[in-house]
Amino acid sequence: MSSQDIPEENLPAEQGGTHVPKPADEKNPFADPGLPPHEHRIQDIDERAAKRSERTVALLFTVSMLATIGFIASFVAIPHDKSIYVWPLGHINAMNLALGLTLGVALFTIGAGAVHWARTLMSDEEVADERHPIEASPEVRAKVHADFKQGAKESVIGRRKLIRNTMLGALTLVPLSGVVLLRDLGPLPGTKLRHTLWSKGKLLVNMNTNEPMRPSDIAVGSLTFAKPEGLEEHDHGFQNEIAKAALMIIRLEPEAIKDKRELEWSHEGIVAYSKICTHVGCPISLYEQQTHHALCPCHQSTFDLADGARVIFGPAGHALPQLRIGVNDEGYLEALSDFEEPVGPAFWERG
Amino acid sequence: MSTAANEAPRSRGKAPAGERVADWADGRLGIYSLAKANMRKIFPDHWSFMLGEICLYSFIIIILTGVYLTLFFHPSMNEVEYHGSYIPMQGQLMSEAYKSTLDISFDVRGGLLIRQIHHWAAIIFLAGMFVHMMRVFFTGAFRKPREINWLFGFLLFVLGMFTGFTGYSLPDDLLSGTGVRFTQGAILSVPIVGTYISMFLFGGEFPGTDFVARFYSIHILLLPGIMLGLVVGHLILVFYHKHTQFAGPGKTNKNVVGMPLLPVYMAKAGGFFFLVFGVIAAIAGIASVNPIWSIGPYRPDQVSTGAQPDWYMGFAEGLVRAMPGWEINFWGHTLVLGVFVPLVIFGLFLAIIALYPFIESWVTGDKREHHILDRPRNAPTRTAFGVAWVTAYMIMLIGGGNDIVATHFHLSINAVTWFVRIGFFVGPVIAFVITKRICLGLQRRDKEKVLHGRESGIIKRLPHGEFIEVHEPLSQEQLHTLTAHEQYKPVEIGPTVDENGVERKVKRTEKLRAKLSKSYYGEESQIPKPTVEEYKEITSGHGHH
Amino acid sequence: MKKLSARRRHPLAALVVLLLALACTGGLYAAFAPADKAQADETAQSLAIEEGKKLYAVGCASCHGTGGQGTTDGPSLVGVGAAAVDFQVGTGRMPAQQPGAQVPRKKVIYSQAEIDQLAAYVASLGAGPAVPSEEKYGPEGADTAKGGELFRTNCAQCHNFTGKGGALTHGKYAPTLEDVDPKHIYEAMQTGPQNMPSFPDTTLSEQNKKDIIAYLDAVNGDDTVDPGGLSLGGLGPVSEGLFGWIFGLGACIAVAVWVAARTAKAKKS
Repeated sequence: MSSQDIPEENLPAEQGGTHVPKPADEKNPFADPGLPPHEHRIQDIDERAAKRSERTVALLFTVSMLATIGFIASFVAIPHDKSIYVWPLGHINAMNLALGLTLGVALFTIGAGAVHWARTLMSDEEVADERHPIEASPEVRAKVHADFKQGAKESVIGRRKLIRNTMLGALTLVPLSGVVLLRDLGPLPGTKLRHTLWSKGKLLVNMNTNEPMRPSDIAVGSLTFAKPEGLEEHDHGFQNEIAKAALMIIRLEPEAIKDKRELEWSHEGIVAYSKICTHVGCPISLYEQQTHHALCPCHQSTFDLADGARVIFGPAGHALPQLRIGVNDEGYLEALSDFEEPVGPAFWERG
Repeated sequence: MSTAANEAPRSRGKAPAGERVADWADGRLGIYSLAKANMRKIFPDHWSFMLGEICLYSFIIIILTGVYLTLFFHPSMNEVEYHGSYIPMQGQLMSEAYKSTLDISFDVRGGLLIRQIHHWAAIIFLAGMFVHMMRVFFTGAFRKPREINWLFGFLLFVLGMFTGFTGYSLPDDLLSGTGVRFTQGAILSVPIVGTYISMFLFGGEFPGTDFVARFYSIHILLLPGIMLGLVVGHLILVFYHKHTQFAGPGKTNKNVVGMPLLPVYMAKAGGFFFLVFGVIAAIAGIASVNPIWSIGPYRPDQVSTGAQPDWYMGFAEGLVRAMPGWEINFWGHTLVLGVFVPLVIFGLFLAIIALYPFIESWVTGDKREHHILDRPRNAPTRTAFGVAWVTAYMIMLIGGGNDIVATHFHLSINAVTWFVRIGFFVGPVIAFVITKRICLGLQRRDKEKVLHGRESGIIKRLPHGEFIEVHEPLSQEQLHTLTAHEQYKPVEIGPTVDENGVERKVKRTEKLRAKLSKSYYGEESQIPKPTVEEYKEITSGHGHH
Repeated sequence: MKKLSARRRHPLAALVVLLLALACTGGLYAAFAPADKAQADETAQSLAIEEGKKLYAVGCASCHGTGGQGTTDGPSLVGVGAAAVDFQVGTGRMPAQQPGAQVPRKKVIYSQAEIDQLAAYVASLGAGPAVPSEEKYGPEGADTAKGGELFRTNCAQCHNFTGKGGALTHGKYAPTLEDVDPKHIYEAMQTGPQNMPSFPDTTLSEQNKKDIIAYLDAVNGDDTVDPGGLSLGGLGPVSEGLFGWIFGLGACIAVAVWVAARTAKAKKS
């Protein structure tokens, strides 16, 4: 919709009776009639209305000044941790609300004042400005081309090919130093993504209690998260290690386990799977104890933990890696090896 | 017309101070020649022409508040124990980045407000750019000479997305950390170099201790620096090209009708900055955004359901969620199509809209400048294409929030995902067909209006008892406005046999172009606009007035 | 058992059960209320079991079997313990109304006394977790911050950062934890209702549970302060994005319409 035809329709004078506006141009009724004549606003013809507008604008600017003072007063007077109840916002921080609203009002009224000023008191006569083609005239174009050719010729770059080629070579090579400098941003991958902190004999330590676990601690239908023994939250590198080693432990009735290898690697129905999704690495742990499905909260990959953690829905490409577990001499759950495959998202070298 | 050109005779006494300063500056900067061309620059009035201003102003607000935030934020991943004033986090281990964000929120007076203004402004900035881009697209404002500026705008949108993403990741909270983890997983999926890029970006294995500092310099320096340059370029081009306008009486391709920069637009545009700032400040005062204190510090083994990125990354998130888990293993390598394909589609999908102006100008073969905007209905194929694109985008946004959609509409998350998977392909097609039909319907209505006048709502009874509704002929202004658009003819391949009877080889691109042109401007894609002859025939048939 | 199930259908059975229940509720109230719980003697316990059995026969047996052994419509209740009954019936989930992906929380239809009787009966079928006493889930001695960490490790993946709930597979969902009685939260952790895994005391200690409940109360209680203002459902970027589009950009566009609109012209007269 173009906005230009609206005001005309609204004007009462044009709708009077059955009078039909005759096209000014009899030959071409669709021709451009040119800019419509300027019409006055109330403010243009009635000084009282203009005064009213002036007062409104001044009032808005005054409100802004008051709001700024309110802002400073709130900043100074309100304790920064004071909370208040405001319907319908709830229990909120008093200062944030006061500062936000006063600043908002202080700014908004400046804008509203300026716009009201422009709309009612500044001239609203529409002006037409000529456009000029963006393209240069043919003469200018020819001149520029000639100048360029002259310059190119004087540089002898066309004739002395050796200079040109070596220069291009140098300019191509020099950014390489920049690329090389980026080398120390990080180490080479090596086999880092293939190993975790788990190894034979490492106890499974409960994330909640920080204690090793016995099989009897783990009930059917329960969910427990574990980390390798010796990894403490305060340790340097904890984040990197837990990002790979985090474990989710569940217990199934051994007869409910459909996958043969899963059963072999479990202990009395207790199975330990990597908590890191094989899709892009979110910690997957939305375990449904009745269906034995684990859902990833990030992209909804769903794994069947009773069937080798194979993917049954979503974008993950392969099953969750399982950790072989057993029980040590003292009856605590322990790992029997590291994960046999890389945990977490797949990558080119994974194979 | 131009005040600067009105060289008033120098008064013998002292000129006013302002004038003297201006003279001084002109002698060194040549500001008068600049002002001559620009001080009374004309801008047309239309609300949709101010969408870009919303973006510009929120960008300025983001920079202002961002500078403030850098004064208090520590871009460090050193683990520290929290002992600030937020009780439920006492004694927790967290990175310094997270702790300083908590401090900004709880211990710096006004810090929370500035943080929220910064974040809300970012959300509105991106939303504004999206809507602004759609305005430019649907009105055809991207046509010559504005293609480059379209690209500038597009780049700003893409860079804005990544600036937003890196900023969102800085507090190192559990939600953004999950997003960073996703990014790392996505990088790993890139064939051959993925593992290396990941190691270099994160300074080793994920999460490492580097990424906050690195994202920080990208977020506050690299990307905003480029964006600032592009914004300036974008604005210079807007000034240089002069603004487009809708067709109307007195508005031609050779002029621009509106109000002068000084004083009207100085007041309106300047005032609008304060209005936008005021709106955002008030929103930041009443609505919380990204409450990182209730989200918790990042730990790679923790997660929350409903893990989403900010809305502008929701499209990419949707693609990743909807993709089936394809993975190919061969010769000791893994091709992670389940992640890599969405990554590629993401790029292609954005590239399509970026390159659209060039595709259209190739199809039309039109080399002229266009300063009069199209009404979307008068370019049905373009409009339908745009709506199809937006439909696919929106479906993927739904996909990005499929878990929230599922819980709030009591649906199965699997059903929502399947809807998105199918909808991504079917939705745009349906949207295309429907939009085109609506456009053609509107064109017919316009034609009807031109030829038979406006329905007046007056019912007249004729002598023989028939009731008719009186149609009121349109004024010439309206007739002109409704018929000002031009209609292309489909491109013909031309004779395939030249005058000597030798068969000319028709290039495949030429055939494609003819085909596309037909789908754009063929009989089924536009209603021929009323001609003067038609109009005269009908109006004279109505009897004398 | 057959006899009971036959008599259950007698026209007067409901009336009898109702009268008995009323009488016993009154009686039990008289017996328990003034006295300390610890003093409840064996006879009161067996009386409760007896009453619970009757309630069970009317309200539960059709799905869970006359002896709690379970049927195709409902799981076995042997060994689920009193805590499970208190949770399921106390949150109105049981008795279930209709089949579906998940049994939702509803209006509670039994009185607490009746729930206790049902719980006593089900507990008598096989040993299981007991209903926790108040000091187990009360705020004394709880570490809120530690609870937050535990919540993020064990609970947030399904219930969201502050317990607003989230989606599970095929229409199932983790419900919101807002306005849930701390006792019921404790019981849910202990017993693992429906598809929720259990977090028994052996892996999530009593202190851990207490901490988690304290944390939830701090971030999702009636007096929780949302410093920034409207919490927008606590759902994160999705609701923030919607709000930003509709109210943020919407307000800016509304203002733009005003800025660009023509000022009213004086009417021609």
